[in-house]
Amino acid sequence: MSKIIAELLQPSCVLLNRTYENSEEIIQAVGAELYKAGFVKETFAQAAIEREKNLPTGLPLAGGLNAAIPHTEIEHVIKPALGLVTLAKEVNFQNMVSPSESVPVRMVFVLALEQPKAQIEMLQEIASVLQNPVLVKRLLEATTFEKAIEVLRQ
Amino acid sequence: MDTPKRILVACGTAIATSTVVAKGIEEILKERGIQVITRQCKASEVRSLAGDADLIVTTTPVPSDLGVPVIQTLAFLTGIGKEEVIEQIISELQK
Repeated sequence: MSKIIAELLQPSCVLLNRTYENSEEIIQAVGAELYKAGFVKETFAQAAIEREKNLPTGLPLAGGLNAAIPHTEIEHVIKPALGLVTLAKEVNFQNMVSPSESVPVRMVFVLALEQPKAQIEMLQEIASVLQNPVLVKRLLEATTFEKAIEVLRQ
Repeated sequence: MDTPKRILVACGTAIATSTVVAKGIEEILKERGIQVITRQCKASEVRSLAGDADLIVTTTPVPSDLGVPVIQTLAFLTGIGKEEVIEQIISELQK
């Protein structure tokens, strides 16, 4: 189902069942991998961290296993890509629509978007994953890249 | 035929979440026979573009004194409360 997500996720940028102290560490870790893999500029992680402070991306989800979708301006991106982090324990992000509220998050999609509106299919696929509590739960149970991709492909 | 209503769709960067929201609104309203024109913008641009819109739908906080109805919602991303939000959009457009 989620074919484009599965294609855009690089093994090195999928960090499963990890433990981080805060949202900044998560974005830094994925940003470093996206940079090493040649998808983003060195400025990406810091720009996404700054943006997260002003325009947070935490999303409370139906199943109670919440997500965040950090991203930043297209100037920091070389080619479209996706990073994914699943968390062994919840990390707080702030709520996108209500930034004073904390959202304890277990799953983070880091979006490297290259052009306005061009990544619509990828974004719609991510939204459909977020709207499916069963899929979110199974993704959180995946401990290998292959398993995570298998869940997303279904 | 009525002139299509104009919906300004705002998010932080105008590239990610507003894309999903704009597409979602267009598809659902089309199914219900309601023609709309959506335009995406950054939250910081809302004030200057609000005058051309009949309704603002946003995933991130925007000022409340714009003189145009504002619906703040994550429903097109998370699915939570989506039906209610669609009804709310339709009812605002019919005013």
